[in-house]
Amino acid sequence: MKLWDLSGHRLRNLLDQGELSAQELVEAFLTRQQNTEPALHAFVTTTGPQALAAAKEIDNARARGEKPGALAGIPMALKDNICTAGIKTTCSSKMLANYVPPYDATVVKSLRQAGSILTGKTNMDEFAMGSSTENSAFYPTRNPWDTSRVPGGSSGGSAAAVAAGQAVFALGSDTGGSIRQPAAFCSIVGFKPSYGRVSRFGLVAFASSLDQIGCFTKDVTDCAAVLNVICGRDEFDPTSVSAPVPDYSKFIGREIKGLRIGLPREFLQEGIQPAVREAILQAAQTFENLGAVVEETSLPKMKYAPAVYYVIAPAEASSNLGRFDGVRYGFRVPTSDLDSLYKKTRSQGFGPEVRRRIMIGTYVLTADNYKNLYQRAQQVRTLIIEEFEQAFSRYDLLLTPTSPAVPFKLGEKMDDPLQMYLMDVCTIPANLAGLPAISIPAGFSAGLPVGMQLMAKPWAEGTLLQAAYSFEQATDYHQRRPAIASGGVVGE
Amino acid sequence: MNNNELETIIGLEVHVELSTESKAFCRCSTKFGAPPNTQVCPVCLGLPGGLPVLNKKALEYAILAGLALNCQIAPSSRFDRKNYFYPDMPNAYQISQADHPVARNGYIDVNVNGHTRRIRINRVHLEEDAGKMIHSGDDIVAASSSLVDLNRAGVPLIEIVSEPDIRSPEEARQYLTQLKTILEYIGVSDCKMEEGSLRCDANLSIRPRGSTELGVKTEIKNMNSFRAVFRGLSFEEKRQRRALLSGQRIRQETRHWDEAQGLTVGMRTKEEVDDYRYFPEPNLPPVVIDSGWIKKIKASLPELPSAKIRRFIDDYDLPGYDAEVLTSSRPLADFFDECVQLFPDPKAVSNWIMSEVLRLLNVEGKEIQATPLKPKHVAKLLQLMQTGTISGRIAKDVFEETFHHGRDPEQIVNERGLVQISDAAELDSLVTQVVAENPNAVEDYRQGKDKALAFLVGQVMKVTRGKANPQLVNKLLKEKL
Ligand SMILES: [Zn+2]
Repeated sequence: MKLWDLSGHRLRNLLDQGELSAQELVEAFLTRQQNTEPALHAFVTTTGPQALAAAKEIDNARARGEKPGALAGIPMALKDNICTAGIKTTCSSKMLANYVPPYDATVVKSLRQAGSILTGKTNMDEFAMGSSTENSAFYPTRNPWDTSRVPGGSSGGSAAAVAAGQAVFALGSDTGGSIRQPAAFCSIVGFKPSYGRVSRFGLVAFASSLDQIGCFTKDVTDCAAVLNVICGRDEFDPTSVSAPVPDYSKFIGREIKGLRIGLPREFLQEGIQPAVREAILQAAQTFENLGAVVEETSLPKMKYAPAVYYVIAPAEASSNLGRFDGVRYGFRVPTSDLDSLYKKTRSQGFGPEVRRRIMIGTYVLTADNYKNLYQRAQQVRTLIIEEFEQAFSRYDLLLTPTSPAVPFKLGEKMDDPLQMYLMDVCTIPANLAGLPAISIPAGFSAGLPVGMQLMAKPWAEGTLLQAAYSFEQATDYHQRRPAIASGGVVGE
Repeated sequence: MNNNELETIIGLEVHVELSTESKAFCRCSTKFGAPPNTQVCPVCLGLPGGLPVLNKKALEYAILAGLALNCQIAPSSRFDRKNYFYPDMPNAYQISQADHPVARNGYIDVNVNGHTRRIRINRVHLEEDAGKMIHSGDDIVAASSSLVDLNRAGVPLIEIVSEPDIRSPEEARQYLTQLKTILEYIGVSDCKMEEGSLRCDANLSIRPRGSTELGVKTEIKNMNSFRAVFRGLSFEEKRQRRALLSGQRIRQETRHWDEAQGLTVGMRTKEEVDDYRYFPEPNLPPVVIDSGWIKKIKASLPELPSAKIRRFIDDYDLPGYDAEVLTSSRPLADFFDECVQLFPDPKAVSNWIMSEVLRLLNVEGKEIQATPLKPKHVAKLLQLMQTGTISGRIAKDVFEETFHHGRDPEQIVNERGLVQISDAAELDSLVTQVVAENPNAVEDYRQGKDKALAFLVGQVMKVTRGKANPQLVNKLLKEKL
């Protein structure tokens, strides 16, 4: 039995029955990590020794008869923009290459309390800006299904780590699709909760009004278990909400008869690969077979979403990244005067994509452009939110592709930022409206994963899990594992 | 055109540090004077991942200030980011308020040369303070190294912006004084200019009297005391008037007040104008200030100086001048009120405080609340005088002791045997003795020199070391002579 192929809930059963110790489990995952990492580069930092120590502590606590936490002994990985006390948090940037935060993000605290064990910090597009993890200042991460291809991004390291069995689950952050798109590319479950459902305290900000922490898991059941731990109000995040958090595992196994699912045609038109469209129509059929009512619909304002996003996100980013100035921490180019300290530190410390977005963001916020660009974008954002509200008065869920395409080759889109930006066309709207959304495996095209996205109204995470689980049970995509072998470097 | 045909226009921007326990957007202490960088956390250090959480007390203080300054409180207020790079600004932006300040459209009435002038207030908004820089040279350009202390970063400030309604440096000083008094009254700030908890920048321009357009203004910074504000503005007023009268133009610029040299100096001008790229702070949802809360805060407003002055004049029958002096600080006004409670002769209390108490406070350079003196002490002293137990002269001596050590006047009087001699029989023999010992003075008096009587009274007082009842001595002497 390959432990790393198992889902978290099955591993948890083995732990509970005493057939497996946390130390054995963690060792197995660390071995898998060592064996596959040369081919994948999913991690920036690995934390093997600390993980083993933590596992021992979990086993001891169990032996003492203490009630284990909800994720006790379960190995996890964290995207490297989530602060971990005493462990480097680099955002895959030269700017923070040696930065060690003095505090844990709220989600990290929650996960540690639940007994989950950190095996490492995962690679990402620098400061979460990108859709392929090629914008990492260190190295690109590769897709476990085909290592000549990208795992998606920006949370590509987390997605690859879970798909390859380097961790049972991982956290990522999603600003315009950065969890869902890599989940689709790696054929796992990726969940972006409603804005405000998970604390952002300790998440290095990219675009504060869009950022949301979420999770990668092998299946929907595990997803519910992780959400149960990370969701909830945090007094350190003023945008986190106090609405009660239901027990998400209660939604697993509920039937979906009568559930109303809208299929917006704008998400199936030009720009969407035929194989992807085919998989989504197939999924719609599956939902109908399960008793849901699927209906084609139209959301005409969604076509403005990328334009709105590429004004608002860079604007907020240009401000959020101002603090990386070489004065207090992080990378610094020593100079004799302050102005050149700023200029040199920032032009050498940030990679090209980050610099590009800072420049765009600075431009849209200047007094001359603020009204025409930033404020107009906010107005259109409001229209998009209203269109979603109308749609959710008719439908419980909206079904779309997660990504318009299957995973592409490394380097394929690096010279064309606009092509890269379009990879997020299906996922951006949920961020603009703060909606919860999930990506789950929906098939394969020539051996490459296709993901489908479900969106719901805010706080309807449970409905997403309910529908996703029903679909999962009706298909076997989630049981397939990439053929990446232990030991060797594949597909170099 | 001559100097009299020109009019000075001044507007003030006053930054006031609020005296909340913790910072505006984190829980760090705001205590002044701690070792550098000891009152900091991930949020106010600008560490990656930090998020601001609004301190409700800071907002309450801003609302309180808005109400005390007769402003309208916004039902919904919003925070914005003001983006710029400087080492004392750890996030590279300041959380401030641009379009939706907490309060707008207020005023305060200022007394200038016996006239009341109403100075309108444009807005009061809440923001965070920056850290403090310490340079090894004059400024950051000349310094070979600079240090930054972020203890102050994130301390809540309110910025109070006046309309350009101020017409002279003296009016500016009165406005500031009045503003400071009001803010101290409501307890939102200690308003110490020397510790930087009250800072003032000014805009000044000159225009032909009667014109409705504003002239080209300069902004004057670095005026670190009330005196500096007056001197700085007086200099700038003269400079601009002289320039205009000699046909020169005023350049719009920021000028630095040089206290040592007593002049304003134009600062290095940048080619481009600062663009702070304001936009709504995405981490802080708009603040809804409901009318119930405003009502509650309004109810907690103490009696403000203007109302107190009116009450002191109407209820206590005090002269306007006394009322103004006694209300210049809330502790002093409260002290006076309590004294009158205990000794219901407002004029007598006022006289004593205006003369003796203020004199000693002035000598010591202290505020009333920093001394051991209590209202019961003043009341007791006035009672001792009223009952004739001690004379006014003895009272002054006793009071010094009470003022410095907070001791009960009666106890001091008893200890030192200072009780006034009002026993006619006891005094009679002393008077007889003095008359016998000063025949010349007696002769002078009899020849109509009134001064001689005073001399003889003085002699009796001397013999009794001031304890004799002067009225009684007077009466006895007249009888004898
Ligand atoms: Zn702090």
